[in-house]
Amino acid sequence: MPSLLAPPPAATSDDGAREHPVPEPVILADDLRKTYGSESEDTVVHALQGVDLRIDRGDYVAIMGASGSGKSTLMHILGCLDVPTSGSYLLDGVDVSTLAGDDLADIRNRKIGFIFQSFNLLPRLDAVGNVELPLAYAGVRSRDRRRRAEAALHLVGLGERMSHRPAQLSGGQQQRVAIARAIATNPAMILADEPTGNLDSHVTADVLEVFARINAAGRTIVLITHEPDVAAQAKRSVVLRDGRIVHDRRQAPLDGPPPPVHRDETGGIVAHVGGVV
Amino acid sequence: MNLGETLRMAVGGIRANRLRSGLTMLGILIGVGAVILLVAVGAGSSAAVQARIESLGTNTLIVFRQPVRGQGVGTQSRASDLTLDDVKALRNPAAAPDIRSVAPGVSANVTASYQGTTYTPASFVGTTPEYADIRGYSMAVGSFITADDVTSHAKTAVIGQTVAQNLFGTTDVIGKEVKFNNATFTVTGLLAAKGSNGQQDQDDVVLAPYTAVQDSISGQAGTVSNISIQAASQQQMDAAAAETNAIMMSSHRITNPRLVDFRILNQATLLQTSDQTAQVFTVLLGAVAGISLLVGGIGVMNIMLVTVTERTREIGIRKAIGARRGSILGQFLVEAVLLAGAGGVLGVLVGIVGSRVQIVGIQPVVQAYSVVLALGVAIGVGLFFGIYPANRAANLRPIDALRFD
Repeated sequence: MPSLLAPPPAATSDDGAREHPVPEPVILADDLRKTYGSESEDTVVHALQGVDLRIDRGDYVAIMGASGSGKSTLMHILGCLDVPTSGSYLLDGVDVSTLAGDDLADIRNRKIGFIFQSFNLLPRLDAVGNVELPLAYAGVRSRDRRRRAEAALHLVGLGERMSHRPAQLSGGQQQRVAIARAIATNPAMILADEPTGNLDSHVTADVLEVFARINAAGRTIVLITHEPDVAAQAKRSVVLRDGRIVHDRRQAPLDGPPPPVHRDETGGIVAHVGGVV
Repeated sequence: MNLGETLRMAVGGIRANRLRSGLTMLGILIGVGAVILLVAVGAGSSAAVQARIESLGTNTLIVFRQPVRGQGVGTQSRASDLTLDDVKALRNPAAAPDIRSVAPGVSANVTASYQGTTYTPASFVGTTPEYADIRGYSMAVGSFITADDVTSHAKTAVIGQTVAQNLFGTTDVIGKEVKFNNATFTVTGLLAAKGSNGQQDQDDVVLAPYTAVQDSISGQAGTVSNISIQAASQQQMDAAAAETNAIMMSSHRITNPRLVDFRILNQATLLQTSDQTAQVFTVLLGAVAGISLLVGGIGVMNIMLVTVTERTREIGIRKAIGARRGSILGQFLVEAVLLAGAGGVLGVLVGIVGSRVQIVGIQPVVQAYSVVLALGVAIGVGLFFGIYPANRAANLRPIDALRFD
């Protein structure tokens, strides 16, 4: 079994590619558009107006934008929770823009690890049960499942709280269970939607350290946020406005570690110099 | 996601809301229990009627005399007695091929006394050996009236269990000499118990050769109170009744069928009618119970709809992390079927336990088909009423479900 920290093997690789790696991007989106409402009733809303985005393996990208900028729509499409009106989207080499229903469910299960603002753990299941859930839907046998779920929980530092239910855990611990759930299936991409929105600043720092750690180990992370000091922790920051990308800046090299998490004297997160857009 | 896990999830869902699940199950429980119990009551009353038919004797017709109305002046009218000549005429196989045997009955009101104990049996009948077979009597001890007893006018008697208990307090009755009014008869046999036919205790009876009864008690030679007839088979009952009617009319020289002075009673027919009534009641009771089962099913649907709404967020989470439509559908459907099935099993238990108690004098008889049917319908109801809510859950779009609070 591959290590949980190691990224999944690239979809295409041969000896030559290893010398001079031209890896397939995890996300390759071309002219994504999403329209809501109907033209006839003049209620049409253009949530995305042509987004081109390429995210390479091992990157750590923060997508920023004010509310109404289309970042939720983009997150839904990148997360295969919704499909674009037009444009193409290749996730880990698979064209998912034309898939629907169960096929999208399978893609979400295998390729994406979700982390949400409100944690979204099932209250009736304990920590290990929650982490096992995506593995169960993937059809992993129950013994393997438990082993992998426990390994993932150890990795996020919750080895001691496996059988606690979400209600018995703090917000930061719940979010770490969610991270364990996201990485347990060994997905191509971790998609985090405002993961620190419900956490105070030093817990935010803890969670971002976990992100930094799993990214340093090779995982691709896409983090959607509106907090500049959170975005500053990514290797690259993309700003969305009115359904278009208006700013795309690299903050740290793709093949290096992410920027270190800076804390103030109380342990809370502080934006590092130049990180704010 | 295999069946075992789907089951575990469904059980988890049911246990998360114990009171609500319990009440929903109660609806199904009552429905299933009612179906089983009411069908059992219907079957029990049907069985009671059947027992009465059997206790009457098989394929029996009874001829009574009947006053002719509207003849002559006043209401008092002439009715010729039934006679031994009638009996003889009926015993003619050429005229009555569908009649197997005929027995006269000479009834009398008597008081029996034995060593200072007196008792008035409900029925005292002088008759012939055929009577036992026609009326379905069999012997517990001793022997029935014999042909010799009849021809020799022997003062012998056969008594029922109730009479034996009241007169002797024992079943050791053979050879005892009992005074019926003032005539002394020797007991030669004890009838096997028959129980009640619904109107009267059939063990409260004394039977004796009709010749001796006419001699010593009724004092009327030649006339009889009634004639018991046995048809050759169930199918020949109607033919036997028609032959009886024809023979009686000619024997009594009656030509106008409206002026007949006798009445042919086919008690089995009467009881079959009441058996049919019992069956109609069984169906009606079952239908009412079935409706309550349906209402229970609607309860399941209601609760499942509430559950789906309540757990919209859970559904969103499950779908986001890769649950297929079928997994969600299966989870909620299994939950609905489990609710209904568990309610159904408990209902079967309640129905079976409840059937051990007599209800309005009827001992319910649990019908295997009603148990299978009620349980099957309960599970089917869970499936049917679970499909809509489960479909609703499975068709939720994950982004809508996740946004739901």
